[in-house]
Amino acid sequence: MTAYTHLSPAEIEAFGRELDAIRDEVKASLGARDAAYIRRLIRIQRMLDLSGRALLFAGVLPPAWLAGTALLSVAKILENMEIGHNVMHAQWDWMRDPKIHSSTWEWDTACPAAQWKHSHNYMHHTYTNVVGMDRDVGYGILRMSPKQRWRVWNLGQPVYNAWLAILFQYGVALHDVEFDRVVQGKKTWREAWTQLKAIARKTSRQTLKDYVLFPVLAGPFFAYVFAGNLTANLVRNLWAYAIIFCGHFPAGAHTFEPEAVANETRGHWYLRQLLGSCNIRGGKLFHILSGNLSHQIEHHLFPDLPSNRYAEIAPRVQALCAKYGLPYNSASFTRQFGTTLWRVLRLSLPGGQSLEPAPA
Amino acid sequence: MTLQPRIPGLRLLARAATGLTYPLAPADYLLPFTQGSARIEAVTKPAPGVVTLTLRPRQRLVHRAGQFVRVGVDIDGVRHTRCYSVSSPPERTDGRFTITVKAIAGGRVSTYLAERVEVGERLWVDAPSGDFVLPEMLPERLLFIAAGSGITPIMSMLASLDARAAMPDVVLIHAASTEPDLIFAAELAALAARHPSLHLHRVLSRDGGRLTRERLAALCPDWSQRETWACGPEGLLAWLEDHWQGAGVGARLHVERFRPRWTSNLSGEAGRVSFRRSGCVVPSRGDRSVLELAEASGLAPAHGCRMGICHGCTATLKSGRVRDLRNGQTFGDEGDRVQICVCAPVGDVEIEL
Repeated sequence: MTAYTHLSPAEIEAFGRELDAIRDEVKASLGARDAAYIRRLIRIQRMLDLSGRALLFAGVLPPAWLAGTALLSVAKILENMEIGHNVMHAQWDWMRDPKIHSSTWEWDTACPAAQWKHSHNYMHHTYTNVVGMDRDVGYGILRMSPKQRWRVWNLGQPVYNAWLAILFQYGVALHDVEFDRVVQGKKTWREAWTQLKAIARKTSRQTLKDYVLFPVLAGPFFAYVFAGNLTANLVRNLWAYAIIFCGHFPAGAHTFEPEAVANETRGHWYLRQLLGSCNIRGGKLFHILSGNLSHQIEHHLFPDLPSNRYAEIAPRVQALCAKYGLPYNSASFTRQFGTTLWRVLRLSLPGGQSLEPAPA
Repeated sequence: MTLQPRIPGLRLLARAATGLTYPLAPADYLLPFTQGSARIEAVTKPAPGVVTLTLRPRQRLVHRAGQFVRVGVDIDGVRHTRCYSVSSPPERTDGRFTITVKAIAGGRVSTYLAERVEVGERLWVDAPSGDFVLPEMLPERLLFIAAGSGITPIMSMLASLDARAAMPDVVLIHAASTEPDLIFAAELAALAARHPSLHLHRVLSRDGGRLTRERLAALCPDWSQRETWACGPEGLLAWLEDHWQGAGVGARLHVERFRPRWTSNLSGEAGRVSFRRSGCVVPSRGDRSVLELAEASGLAPAHGCRMGICHGCTATLKSGRVRDLRNGQTFGDEGDRVQICVCAPVGDVEIEL
């Protein structure tokens, strides 16, 4: 790990202890105000969802269709990102509310919660940006780090990338099946089959809801509801894709060799999370709509602290980075998403070592 | 959603509704708009440090006299759940019921309920449970022994007998430390005035009148022939159980504990407990429950009664063995569902938390 930084091991541990102190302080201060935040957000999401679906029944009128689709899109985005993703990270388990708990939450997307918690909370958050260990580095179909070997089929990755964005919820659902490892014999077909059955069960229920039951309920306006739901799912897919890809792939983000995590200490882990994550600047509403993944650095340092606190933690983390002479990768959406797309394009060709940032 | 299965149209509707709200249940969809399942309609103080809360549940509470409910309350954003006996009779017709809570020193929930709650606040109340109840066929002669807040389930039973106008020959020994501490003293006196077959005896320990075997024999000479219900502190219940068993009539005594009765020897085998999901490992001396260890290390597992009744805390054992603190028995196979509030680790344990 020392190859990635100018800090001495002792400095890395000191950096980690300061982050631990922030974490302890925030954890101790959680209370009724935070509980009210998530409960209110869930109520708002439910109302957006209900009113969006209600408006779509009048979808024969273009303004109603547009408004209904927009409300439903926002409802799905909130449900998946600021609510679902964060609840399943156990950010709200401290409230001990059995209905807002990581062990019971199921979300409005194709991926079953249990599989998501494994591929995301465990694989991705533990081994963030470690090539060959964190499956989010390219999702098994894209070459997202110059450390990954180039193969001929990488030439097509701008196209795969576009399809991944459009079908993002299904990409996420199939993520934990790990087809490449099954093919390599590192994982059994039986295991994969069990997972696929769970995905099929959930996907069929989701499909039934959005593309059969609600449209049928609209009677003669079947097509309007169908199209509205399809659009809302697409908008959610594109938005989630864009925000999530801005988390770890903009210019300046580090990727790591597996050796980096051998005998890794807590301080090293913190440092790797910082170097591998990128923030997006924006207003309060933008942060909420991005599930506070715009505070990707804070989220990766403290994945189980409630997301409504990331904004107040961010300046403290940034100050800490300045103190230790470490980079803090935060920029506009345009810059972060633009450089991410450039990475997809550049790495479709061999080489690309120039994308590797200098040691921090 | 509880629906009558006999109405096919409704059933179809319920299935369609579930399809529309998937992956949530229709009721869960609307749950965020509710703050709790029962509203506090009145707060009265029947004795110092004691509060009776009159609650109106959203769905009518169907209980048997003597049963308890799990009550969840959000304090500083955190849900705390405890069990409290219903102190009103099932015959109450106004859709309300009461719980009566005595503040325990250092008890977060009991002090909150006794000192801080206000009318209009909402609590989370679950379905009633418990087998501290009267049988369908009432015995001819009954004995009730209540100490402190142990009167609450017995109050419900006596009020129920009164409402059914079916008061058999009942002896009630009502114990507290001083006279003002006697909860429901006035209500019980009124009941005794109405029913000559209800014999009320007050026992005040502060006046040197502690309930003993001799005192019991003096107040109720035929105690061993009476079907008996007793509720109160562990010290009282323990000797009552010994006494009844010694007389060979242990089956006639029914007790209700507000706290679990641990086996006498709590010291166990030390080891390390791994909470797998949170990646946390803590040392254990084998004398504290898995729940307590988890909480001490900053985790907040879901739980309810903290005494092994409600199964709100069960977690999956991955490896190792645990001891049930109520009876001292050890068990443990991979995949066992463990009630973590009443089980302590034996040596090294891995648990899915």
